[in-house]
Amino acid sequence: MLGYFNYWLAYIIILIGFYGVIARRNLIKQAIALGLFQTGVFLFFVTMGVYRTPDGTPGVAPVWTDAAKTGPFDNPLPHVLMLTAIVVSVSTLAVAVAIIVNIQRKYGTIEEDEILEADREAYRKDR
Amino acid sequence: MVNQVLVLDVFLLLLVAATAIAVVTVRSLLSATILMGIYSLLMALVWSNMHALDVGFTEASVGAGISTILLLGALVLTKRFAKREPIIHVPALVICVVTGLLLIYGTADMPKFGDPNAPIHHLRVGQDPSKKSLLLQNVGKHPSAAPRDKGHAHEGHPDDDFNGHVPNTVTSLLAAYRGYDTMYETTVIFTAGLSMLLLLRRRRDDDEIREGRRS
Amino acid sequence: MREHEPPDEVRTSMLPDETMSQQTLVRVVAKMTIPFILVLGIYVILHGELGPGGGFQGGVILAAGFILYGMVFGADELRRRIPTVVFDIGMALGALLYAGTGLASLLAGGTFLDYGMLQPTHAGDGEALGMTLVEYGVGITVCSVMTTIYLMVSDPADSKVEG
Repeated sequence: MLGYFNYWLAYIIILIGFYGVIARRNLIKQAIALGLFQTGVFLFFVTMGVYRTPDGTPGVAPVWTDAAKTGPFDNPLPHVLMLTAIVVSVSTLAVAVAIIVNIQRKYGTIEEDEILEADREAYRKDR
Repeated sequence: MVNQVLVLDVFLLLLVAATAIAVVTVRSLLSATILMGIYSLLMALVWSNMHALDVGFTEASVGAGISTILLLGALVLTKRFAKREPIIHVPALVICVVTGLLLIYGTADMPKFGDPNAPIHHLRVGQDPSKKSLLLQNVGKHPSAAPRDKGHAHEGHPDDDFNGHVPNTVTSLLAAYRGYDTMYETTVIFTAGLSMLLLLRRRRDDDEIREGRRS
Repeated sequence: MREHEPPDEVRTSMLPDETMSQQTLVRVVAKMTIPFILVLGIYVILHGELGPGGGFQGGVILAAGFILYGMVFGADELRRRIPTVVFDIGMALGALLYAGTGLASLLAGGTFLDYGMLQPTHAGDGEALGMTLVEYGVGITVCSVMTTIYLMVSDPADSKVEG
């Protein structure tokens, strides 16, 4: 039963991040929750790569050293893919922060409902 | 018999879930930023426990280092407190709980933690031509690739594609076997820096011209 | 002048219009650790093939050295010491180095990014050489982009003290 624990926690972290994005009104809080979401996805993938031999020897890190020449290695492919994804996640956080700073300069606020209200006001005035 | 990795894993992941709930719930944005730094360090511990050393290294340096600096800089330029709002937003919570229960029901088919018979450790695309697989690719070397010379290994190192120069399999996958992905990932990072420049740098010049600081 | 402070007491709280570089403890510790941080960053990039590490991790550590300097002595001081042009060029240079290695393999007779063709007699050594060059490129780009990100969000013209 406990063998599925990692997947359940990965889903819980993903759903906490998702809740943060749809239920919170502050834009920076939404950007932080998006990062949380991405971390849950990394947990899901890297868990799939863990290896243990049938007689119980735990796998070691996939680096060939003098101490671990032929030992059961963990699968390195999920590590590689998630390495890329971590750096992409910080890139999207940087672009999101740049956009939020510009929104603050233009609207004076970073709360979603106040921004939508300002847009509706401007639209009504234009008409 | 109990999996040693799993015991520490359960404890650390419970801490991680508690920190995640705190990040979403707290009202002060400065607290949320520092809690994200703590969360990244706990995740680095989780990766190290699962023997994913490269991922842990990257998570600790990028998540707990650069991400915290970036968010603190954003807080200086915007506000420091979020507006007061109810802690639990009921429709969103209902959607998340229902989705969570469906997903947890779906894990019954997945391989357990560390299962040696998991498909990821055995199957390769196009390995068995008798089985009809959806994507039968020709996995192998391009006919014009440089021929690998076995038998020229570094002394004492395994006789593999790189003559034993690259013991770290993760780097060999990242830079050689999947080098095309990494090239475009470098382009993604470059694009992020470029968009930061385009979005945030111009305003400073405009302000200085307007205040007469520049000629 | 601050005559009411005994001269040999190390003060840790900041006065209203003081920068971090006027505090003895922070300044001394930063000056002592920044060289080690930079060396560690270059070490992690160089030894990416031999142990955990590589271009991304080493690039971020290098950037952390520059960002620490910028935080303690002021971002304008960092812009004065290393002109922004260097980071702008560094961002593009790393990606160019990566694609250039692939192009060199193409010109040497193989397919794109087939580093083995850089040394056709011993393809394994050629692959190791290609991977080293590629990791340098990634490290330079990551370091430049992270420092640029820090410099962009540390703009003094907009920062105001807000509750």
